[in-house]
Amino acid sequence: MTTDQAKEKGKALILPLAVLLAFEAWARATHLQSDSLAPPSEIILALAGAFADFSILTATRDTLFSAFAGLAIGTVIGLALGIAFGISDTLNRLMEVTVEAIRPIPSIALLPIALIALGFGYRMEIVIVAFACVWPILILSRAAVRSIEPRLMEVSRALRLPAAQRVWKIIIPAALPRIFVAFRLSAGIALIVAVTVEIAINPLGLGAGIMLAQQALRPDLMLAYLVWIGVIGYALNILLVVAQHRLFGRAALSGDSA
Amino acid sequence: MNRHATIWLWRAASFAVAASFIALWQLIANLKLVSPVFLPGPDRAWASLVRGFSNGDLWSKLAGTLEHMAYGWLAASIAGIAIGAIIGSSRIMRTYVAPSLEFLRPLPVSAIIPVAIAMLGLTQAMALFVIAFGAIWPIMLATIHGFAAVEPRLYEVARSLQMSRLAVIFKVALPSASPDILAGMRLSLTVALILSVVCEILAGLDGLGHWVLLSARAFRSADLFAGVILLGVTGYVTSVAMSMAEHRLLAWQASQR
Repeated sequence: MTTDQAKEKGKALILPLAVLLAFEAWARATHLQSDSLAPPSEIILALAGAFADFSILTATRDTLFSAFAGLAIGTVIGLALGIAFGISDTLNRLMEVTVEAIRPIPSIALLPIALIALGFGYRMEIVIVAFACVWPILILSRAAVRSIEPRLMEVSRALRLPAAQRVWKIIIPAALPRIFVAFRLSAGIALIVAVTVEIAINPLGLGAGIMLAQQALRPDLMLAYLVWIGVIGYALNILLVVAQHRLFGRAALSGDSA
Repeated sequence: MNRHATIWLWRAASFAVAASFIALWQLIANLKLVSPVFLPGPDRAWASLVRGFSNGDLWSKLAGTLEHMAYGWLAASIAGIAIGAIIGSSRIMRTYVAPSLEFLRPLPVSAIIPVAIAMLGLTQAMALFVIAFGAIWPIMLATIHGFAAVEPRLYEVARSLQMSRLAVIFKVALPSASPDILAGMRLSLTVALILSVVCEILAGLDGLGHWVLLSARAFRSADLFAGVILLGVTGYVTSVAMSMAEHRLLAWQASQR
């Protein structure tokens, strides 16, 4: 890192630090008594407490388990459909109306259906996350397959590869960088949907934890959960961006605008 | 066969495929392969839609959801463009403020709901705050990005014409950033719909979200599916309307390229 970059980073930190300090000072000066706000020092203590009794770790595990299980299912389905639609224009055109009719349903609207069909718990959350993840993966992998260099497809035809091998040896490797971008976007969506389902109704994970803290009138704990959910979201994003650069380097950038 | 006819033929075929899926759904429901408690046939869902609209129930729920969505989204659009313009048009703000906003972006916005409930209670105001807060991010960040990406020569022209900062924003930066801003507004529309449903579920506000939850609790699956279908239609229609508006508003740019 050059000194200039370090300086930029330093400047970026000034505002959040100033806000936190000002808030802390204000809360102490006025002896803040509130159901919705707590000074940063108490938030940190509450976070430490939630770590000490493992409650926040259990909640994190539950949320991430649901999010990743849904993401995995959604990715498999979305990828299978996306590749099929990308290879066969006929299939794509025939399915267009069906896809466009189902896709705009907000994932969270499925919540009551999942609730009566599956009850509370992991399963309903995973189903909703999977539904939400299918569409971005489908759309982006379809576009990725279509943009494969036509000469690669010609080679596979010349080699007379059977369909399964054509997908496995030519299409997936060629489209992988852009598929990974889709996966990265979907991972963010998966976390958001999982937390939202938990906040709305499912008594599980981080979303339920933050709702419980609110109902228990523990603003420090509630904000501690909020901070922690933010940290998880941020860490997941960074992790996947780094993975993308490591695995694919510049190749992935071409699909980033999609 | 000319191209136009081919396109319509494909369209028709595609509708036929969708219709056969609905027929399959009807078949599954008729044969009770899935318990009718969870899965009503399309006939029952349709009957529930017709009944709901003829006695006015669904109209008022639909209006409630659209109202939450529209107010929250409009507030987010105005505030998002204004704040985005202020931050985007100033180098100082871009260095000091924009990184904090980028840092907050991956936060699942629904996590703000408990905080909003603690501050505002289970009220309409809470719903509007949450929807606006969730919908503001894509618009604000798109505006900042759009302002930062304005062709520098345009700024130079503005400077040589001695335009004021406000004039630069309205006459140069906003028009040139409008594709980004509109794309952000389109993303926000989806966010606004989802958060409207979540807030209605949580706070029991009048709207489709509350309707589908109540129907689920009472195991009225036909009403439940009617509500979900209506939410899908809402998502579809709003996004089509947004694309049309985008097309209209950006027509002048397309002609310039």
